[in-house]
Amino acid sequence: MISGLIQRLEKIVGSRFVSGAAEELYLYSMDPGTMPQAYPDAVALPKTVEEVAQIVRLAGELKVPVVPMGAGLVLSGLTRALRGGIILDMKRMNRIIAVNPMSRYAVVEGGASQGMLQAFLKKHHPSLKHSMPDAPPIATMAGNMCIHGSGHLSLLGGSHSDMLTGMEVVLPTGEIIRTGSCSVSPDWFGRSPLPDLSGLFLGWAGTTGIVTKLGIKLFPNYAFNDMLIFVCEDADAMPDVISRLTGVQVAEDMTPWMTPKPDWAKGFLHINIAFGAHSKKELTFKRNLLQASVRHYIDQKTAGFLPLPPTQKGRFLKVPSPDLARFADLRRGGGFEYVGAMMAIEHFPEAYRAGLAIAEKFQVSYSLGARIIGAGHAMMFFFAYAFNRADDDDVRRASLALEATNEAAINMGGIPWKAEMPVQRQIIERMDPETFALMGRIRSVLDPNGIMNPGNWEK
Amino acid sequence: MKPIAFDPALCAGCTTIDCLMKCQYLNFCGIDDARTEKLSINEGRDSRVLHECLTCYACQEYCPYDNNPFYLLVERQEEKGLLPAPRPILEEQLRMMAPKGRIEKKAVTAPVVDMCAFPMLTACIRGRLFENASTIVGTDIFCNIMWLHFARNSVIQERVPEAIGKIMAFYMGDAKTNELVCFHDECYGTYTSVAKAYGISVPFKPVHLFDYINRRLDTLSGRINPLNQKIAYQRPCSNRLSPETDRVLDEIFKKIGVERVPRTYDRQKALCCGGVPRAHQRDELADELVEKNISDMQKTGAAYCVFNCPFCMATLGMEVAERGLMPILVSDLVQLALGE
Ligand SMILES: Cc1cc2nc3c(=O)[nH]c(=O)nc-3n(C[C@H](O)[C@H](O)[C@H](O)COP(=O)(O)OP(=O)(O)OC[C@H]3O[C@@H](n4cnc5c(N)ncnc54)[C@H](O)[C@@H]3O)c2cc1C
Ligand code: SF4
Ligand code: SF4
Repeated sequence: MISGLIQRLEKIVGSRFVSGAAEELYLYSMDPGTMPQAYPDAVALPKTVEEVAQIVRLAGELKVPVVPMGAGLVLSGLTRALRGGIILDMKRMNRIIAVNPMSRYAVVEGGASQGMLQAFLKKHHPSLKHSMPDAPPIATMAGNMCIHGSGHLSLLGGSHSDMLTGMEVVLPTGEIIRTGSCSVSPDWFGRSPLPDLSGLFLGWAGTTGIVTKLGIKLFPNYAFNDMLIFVCEDADAMPDVISRLTGVQVAEDMTPWMTPKPDWAKGFLHINIAFGAHSKKELTFKRNLLQASVRHYIDQKTAGFLPLPPTQKGRFLKVPSPDLARFADLRRGGGFEYVGAMMAIEHFPEAYRAGLAIAEKFQVSYSLGARIIGAGHAMMFFFAYAFNRADDDDVRRASLALEATNEAAINMGGIPWKAEMPVQRQIIERMDPETFALMGRIRSVLDPNGIMNPGNWEK
Repeated sequence: MKPIAFDPALCAGCTTIDCLMKCQYLNFCGIDDARTEKLSINEGRDSRVLHECLTCYACQEYCPYDNNPFYLLVERQEEKGLLPAPRPILEEQLRMMAPKGRIEKKAVTAPVVDMCAFPMLTACIRGRLFENASTIVGTDIFCNIMWLHFARNSVIQERVPEAIGKIMAFYMGDAKTNELVCFHDECYGTYTSVAKAYGISVPFKPVHLFDYINRRLDTLSGRINPLNQKIAYQRPCSNRLSPETDRVLDEIFKKIGVERVPRTYDRQKALCCGGVPRAHQRDELADELVEKNISDMQKTGAAYCVFNCPFCMATLGMEVAERGLMPILVSDLVQLALGE
C-alpha cells in the first residue's frame, strides 16, 4: 500500500467515498467472469469531473495505476487492478444532463447507467429510446461505450460507439478535453465534421483516459412493436438468411440464438427480429417485407417463422432481454462468461460449428448466439458458458472452453470483443505491427506516467 | 398404421360434394371441378386441395355421410410428404408437445376434468361449477389432435393410444367414475371422432364440456343471475368434430341469459381464428381472417366475444379487446352468471 494514498484520496472525494478496507478490496478484485483476482490498493468514487482530474493528477504524482470502472460487468476482467492502484468507481457521476428531442441525442455523465437513461426517457421523453444492451441495467453508458458495446438498436444504428456523438474526457495527465461537436459548439449532435478524437478512447479498455460525459444518439420509441422468430435447420443458410432479412432495413434488432435447452430448440438456428412502427398498418407492412425477404426458404420448407400468438410475444419484446441473464445462472453459483467476437457475417456457420465442438469437448453448458451489427455489416457472435463459481472443475473447464473459443474466433478472422488481457495479447500477435506501434506512441503521449489501467493492450 | 374409416363408394354416389363445395377458402369452378379434385384425393393422386387447404376441419362437418373427408385429406398430405408448415416449425412443435414422462399417479374423483397439455388452464376449474373436480394435465396426456394441421396423422395414431393408456394407468383406472370431462373441444374430438375414424379404443366415456356445464346448470339453476348480454361466439375448428355439441351451447347460453348474436361467421360458416395459417406461414391470410372475424362481431353490437378454444382466444383475444369486445371463455362466462 502506498503510504498516505487513502488519506489523500479522502481529501479529494470525502472519507465516505474512499475505501482501503479488505472486504471492499476483495469485492473490487474480481468480476463475474473467469479471470483471476487482482487486488487494488484503494477504491474511490468521485462525484465531479474536477475530482476525477485531481485523482488522476495524484496518481500521476505517486505513479499509482488508475482503473476506471463503471458497473464492472464487462466479464473479461478489464476493471481489475492488474498492477494494483486505485479503482475509480464512476457510479456517483450518474446525472442525465440533457436530452435534445429534436436532434435526438442525450448527454449523460460517465457513471450514468443504462437503466437510468431508459427510465428517464420513459418518464420524460416517451417517444424516444436509446439502444439498451442486454447487460443488467446497472451497466454504465460509458463502460459500454468504451468497449464498443451493442444493443437493441444496433441493427439500426450499429455499435454503440457508432451512436456516440461526443465526449468529455479526463486525460491521464489531468486535463479535461472534449471530442465531437461539443468541443466547438454548445450542441452535442455528432462527431463530424471535425478530426475525430473519440477513437482515442474507444476500445482501449480504459488505458487512455476517463470518460466523464458522453452524448449518445436516441431513436424513435414506437407505439407498436412486434417480434418475429425465424427458425432455420441449416447453419450454412444463415449468412444468406441474415443478408436477406437485413436487406429490407426495417428491423431494429436481430439476434440469432442456438441453445440445447429447451430440448425442442436443440439443433435449430433461431433469429429474433424486433421491429416497431407508428401504426399497426406500418407494422404489418414491415412484417410483410421481412417475411417476403426469406420466402425462398419458406417455400422450400427448410425454414419459417414460429407461430407466436400475440400473448406470448411480450416476453421476447422485453428490453433488456432477461434470457442471457437467466442462462448466466444456469449452473448456479454466479459464474458466467462469454466470448463475443466481432466478425463478418459469412463466418456464421463456421462459428456455430466451432461453438458446438468446443462445448462438446469441454463438457460445458453453452448458449450460442449473435447480434447483427448495422444493416448486416458485421456481427458479434457470442459463445456463452455458464459455470458454478464454487466448483473448481467447472471453472477450469469453462476457462479452457473460453480459451479455445478465442483461438477459434481469431483463426476464422474474427476479433474477440472486450478481450481479456491474455486475449488482447493474442490479438496483438495478429495485428499489423505498425498499427500496434502507433497505439504505443499514442499511449505514451497521452499517459507519460503509464498509470492508466496498465497491463491492458500490452505485449 | 390402421386404415381410416372411409368409403369411396359413398363419394362416388355423392351428388353434392359438400365437403369441397362448402369450403370457405378454396374456390371450385362448379361441382364437376370439385368432384374431380375429390376423386384425385380419394385415389391418392395429387390435388391442389392438398396444397391449398387451410386445415380448418370444416369439411369433416360438411360431409352428410361422415365419410371423414378431412382426415383422408390430411392422410394424403402426409403420404405425399406435403408440409403445410416448414419442417423446423413442425419438428419443434413435435418436440415441444412430445410426452415428457413427467406423469405421476393421482387419485381422482368425479368430475375428472381433462385439461389436455395446458397447466395454465387449470385455473379455470373453480367455484361451484366445478365443485370437487379433479384435473389431469400434461404433455403425457396431450390429445395430439393438432397434428391434423401439420399433415401428421401418423403422430396422432402413435401418440393417442399412448395418452389413453396413461390416462387409464395413472388416473382413471382406479377412479370410481368412468366419465372424463374434456375441457377442450380438441380432446373430445380426439376421443370420439378421431378414435372412431381410426378404430382406437377409448376405455373411458368422454364428456364434452358443454354437456357437463349444461347438466351442472340444471343443478345450480337457483344461483343463475341472467347476464342479459349479447355475445358473439367464435366457434373453434375442433367443434366441427362434434357439431351436435354446438346446440348444447345454445342451451347453456339460454340458461345464463345471453343472446348468441347471429353472425355471418358462426355455426357452419365459422371462420378460422387465424392461428393455424400463421404456422403455415400465411400471415396475410391470417390477418384477413382476423379482420373478417372481428369486424363481423363488431357489427352485431355484442359486448363479449366468447371462446371455447384457448388457442383461438390467445390468437384473437388482444385484438378483440382493443376493438371493444370483452374476450372470455365459455366456462368463465358461465361462472359470471353464477356470480363467481
Ligand atoms: C447477462 C449479460 C448480458 C450482457 N449483454 C450485453 C449486450 O447485449 N451488449 C453489450 O454491449 N454488452 C453486454 N454485456 C457486457 C457488459 O456487461 C456491458 O457491455 C456493460 O455495459 C459494460 O458496462 P460496465 O459499466 O459494466 O463497464 P465496466 O465493466 O465497468 O467497464 C468496461 C471497460 O470500460 C472501462 N471504463 C468503464 N467506465 C469508464 C469510463 N467512465 N471511462 C473510461 N473507461 C471506462 C473499464 O476500465 C473497462 O475496461 C452483458 C453482460 C452480462 C452480464
Ligand atoms: S366426403 Fe362426403 S361430401 Fe365429400 S364427396 Fe365424399 S361423401 Fe360427398
Ligand atoms: S379443411 Fe377446411 S380448408 Fe381444407 S378442404 Fe376442408 S373445408 Fe376446405
